[in-house]
Amino acid sequence: MPLALKDVLTARGMPTTCGSRILEGWYPPYDATVTARLRAADVVILGKANMDEFAMGSSTENSAYGATRNPWDLARIPGGSSGGSSAAVAAFEAPLAIGTDTGGSIRQPAAVCGLVGVKPTYGGVSRYGLVAFSSSLDQAGPLARTVTDAALLHAAIAGHDPLDSTSVDRPVPPVVEAAARREVPGMRIGVVRELSGEGYEPGVQARFDEAVALLAQLGAEIVEVSCPHFDYALAAYYLIAPSECSSNLARFDAMRYGLRIGDDGEAGAEEVMSRTRDVGFGPEVKRRIILGTYALSSGYYDAYYGQAQKVRTLISRDFSAAFERVDVLVSPTTPTVAFPIGAKVDDPIAMYLNDLCTIPANLAGVPAMSVPVGLSDGLPVGFQIMAPAFADDRLYQVGGALEAALDARRGHSLLAAAPAL
Amino acid sequence: MSTPATVLTTPAYDDAVARYEPVIGLETHVELGTASKMFCGCSTAFGATPNSQVCPVCLGLPGALPVINEAAIRFAVMIGLALNCQIASWCRFARKNYFYPDMPKNFQISQYDEPLCTNGWLAVEVEGEVHRVGITRVHLEEDTGKSLHVGGATGRIHGATHSLVDYNRAGIPLVEIVTEPDVRSPEVARAYVEELRELCRSLAVSDVRMEQGSLRCDANVSLRLRPAPGEPEAPFGTRSETKNLNSLRSVERAVRSEIIRQAALLDAGERVVQETRHFDEASGRTSSGRSKEEATDYRYFPEPDLAPLALSREYVEAVGASLPELPSQRRARLIAEHGFSGRDLVDMGNAGVLELVEQTIAAGATAAAARKWWLNELARRAADAGVTPAELAIQPVQVARVIELIAEGSLTDALARKVIDGVLAGEGGPDEVVAARGLAVVTDDSALSAAVDTAIAAAPDIADKVRSGKLNAVGPLVGAVMKAMKGQADAATVRSLLLERLGA
Ligand SMILES: [Zn+2]
Repeated sequence: MPLALKDVLTARGMPTTCGSRILEGWYPPYDATVTARLRAADVVILGKANMDEFAMGSSTENSAYGATRNPWDLARIPGGSSGGSSAAVAAFEAPLAIGTDTGGSIRQPAAVCGLVGVKPTYGGVSRYGLVAFSSSLDQAGPLARTVTDAALLHAAIAGHDPLDSTSVDRPVPPVVEAAARREVPGMRIGVVRELSGEGYEPGVQARFDEAVALLAQLGAEIVEVSCPHFDYALAAYYLIAPSECSSNLARFDAMRYGLRIGDDGEAGAEEVMSRTRDVGFGPEVKRRIILGTYALSSGYYDAYYGQAQKVRTLISRDFSAAFERVDVLVSPTTPTVAFPIGAKVDDPIAMYLNDLCTIPANLAGVPAMSVPVGLSDGLPVGFQIMAPAFADDRLYQVGGALEAALDARRGHSLLAAAPAL
Repeated sequence: MSTPATVLTTPAYDDAVARYEPVIGLETHVELGTASKMFCGCSTAFGATPNSQVCPVCLGLPGALPVINEAAIRFAVMIGLALNCQIASWCRFARKNYFYPDMPKNFQISQYDEPLCTNGWLAVEVEGEVHRVGITRVHLEEDTGKSLHVGGATGRIHGATHSLVDYNRAGIPLVEIVTEPDVRSPEVARAYVEELRELCRSLAVSDVRMEQGSLRCDANVSLRLRPAPGEPEAPFGTRSETKNLNSLRSVERAVRSEIIRQAALLDAGERVVQETRHFDEASGRTSSGRSKEEATDYRYFPEPDLAPLALSREYVEAVGASLPELPSQRRARLIAEHGFSGRDLVDMGNAGVLELVEQTIAAGATAAAARKWWLNELARRAADAGVTPAELAIQPVQVARVIELIAEGSLTDALARKVIDGVLAGEGGPDEVVAARGLAVVTDDSALSAAVDTAIAAAPDIADKVRSGKLNAVGPLVGAVMKAMKGQADAATVRSLLLERLGA
């Protein structure tokens, strides 16, 4: 089975660039655990998929190697940061892809490309060999055309890894069985009140509401749930992720591998580091490194990083309280469909708002899926399902039921409606 | 760097400490002797080919992740318990962020506000007085690589054309042991480091070789005016931190030199600058390091790649139960059991023979004899051969046998030295050497009395003097008999035999 691997995971014999100039020409001497597990499952790695530089972005426009386009409309973005992975699968260049998701980077590209994308429970898939953006949030997961494909890929890469101290030693949830079961009768499904309303495109909201109604028809009990602290998720995320990234990306200093600028025999190490980082990193990466460096500075730590960690705890508590009442939570995956290339490059805040619905699951470490539920103005709309930690199978159970009912109603899969390239 | 505005008069040390009270705190880094590094499986062996003991983890390659070495945790807990610390039931690693080429990730995994061990103490004895030095904390961290600056005259970064980095040391587990500002003299500072070294050695957690850098010490020194009688203590003064002291002698000298330097500044009405300083062995003085006006902001935050460390009570208790006898306990026992003095213990400790003396006593020797032979004879031979006493080719049990032969009267001290020569030369055990070299004291009366007669006959003048009551004149006759006996007689026996024969 061939697969496109996001260029943030190491694989021997191929360069790993993370979409950045600073890693130009670097061939990692080791396989990521995800890569090793794929190879062990006889998966053929077709190549590395483009991405926003160091997974920072929601459009795959922030790649030093050029932008990736959405197969549904080549003038639009394929989502990000795993946009190369989502475009490859939607364009039928690869049947499967691996993405990584720090704030929605698997689910949002899956949503805007009409695919199934899953961020597993934090600790469910090894991060060894995943070049870290934000260590406490990053998680690799599957991008596929169907829920079953996603489940098979999920099962192949998941499981405890002694090389990753944050990997959890417990059995992989029965995702493949759950995808086959596709039943929701008796399940309680919570609609998150805070993830709807203003800022959500009418077409996106309409497809979401129809899907919720369909789940009710299939026998699920629908409940409205409030998660009040989700309103602070975006702000907390944009402190925690940049803080960790400012430290994680410090190692790219021209001393040991990758790009080296200014080593003219005169410049000292500090100057070579500085010049290389100036040339090697793109503007979004620099923006986040500066933001994170500031947030961690003494005198500001408590007000920013410390406060963000408290919000994170409150969001986890919102999830815990909600999961006492319901089996899964649902929301739109993104507030909008794919936007035109270039539309938000000069407006970082508008770009960050793409991740409004997806960020809470990363902050709490819970698993979440985006499953396609139809089109708005001819472009795919994603439906997000979130489950308690280590209950990843529930995503597949609900997603599988929804996918089967929608395909049956439509008479074909959503991707069959995609325009020919 | 600014030049002092006034010419400083350097006070004598005694004068300085008469007016100012030194306040000294010590930060000691001990490289742990684990087989593998702190967060990966690479070897920690010293002296390997540069960059031969590295992997993606300790090189900080993109995507690599740390995994805690259990042995390092155990060693750190052992040190903490031996220093009477509380062991945290929950603690975390933190990232210390700064850029330096010998640091592969440009952050060091260390501990910040949640150290593994806190609030302990170590008792240090100097000239019969016991000083209790408070231990603020003991925490774990990873070592950095080593930079080699090439092309300059000094091997320092200044003047070098380029630098090479060896990452073999990167990731070796270190514990940092921080004292309270409890130390008040250079002698106590030195004794503290020495005691800590002995402690780590007895725990077998490190080879604590200061010259190889496996034990390094930074000394924080400040001065404050001694209060007049009845007045409260003055607040602490501004401190300097002298880095990387790599011998006990340097610790003492650097602290002493800082005291004199700071006293000169204060005497001249100048202020002490809070800065890092370096100690120059040759001049015996400290010099200012690259002092930045504001302190470096390390932007510590909890290490997200490692789960918090939660040690169970059972684990800590089990480690505590496995602790060997500590140096202080051992000293107390040796004094009580064998009647050694504190001085004896210091001498034997310095000579590296304490362990050997103990084993020799265990093999049957008296404490005094074991101490005498190891400290005087064998330590000297080891020094001559350029080895440690433990490396000599003689076992404590063999030394005990030699001592036994002396006690029996079969060997004199002089003969015993010859037996030791034989054992060290690989001629076998003491009994074999005695037999092979024919070294036993001759107790055969006929041979001895023949030799006595010969000696008297050969020196009638001396014999007459002795007969007339000048007993001290017998010396040359004793010498003659001993010579005739090739040393295999007991001089005291020979002497009394001569006097008896001469009727004196
Ligand atoms: Zn290593």
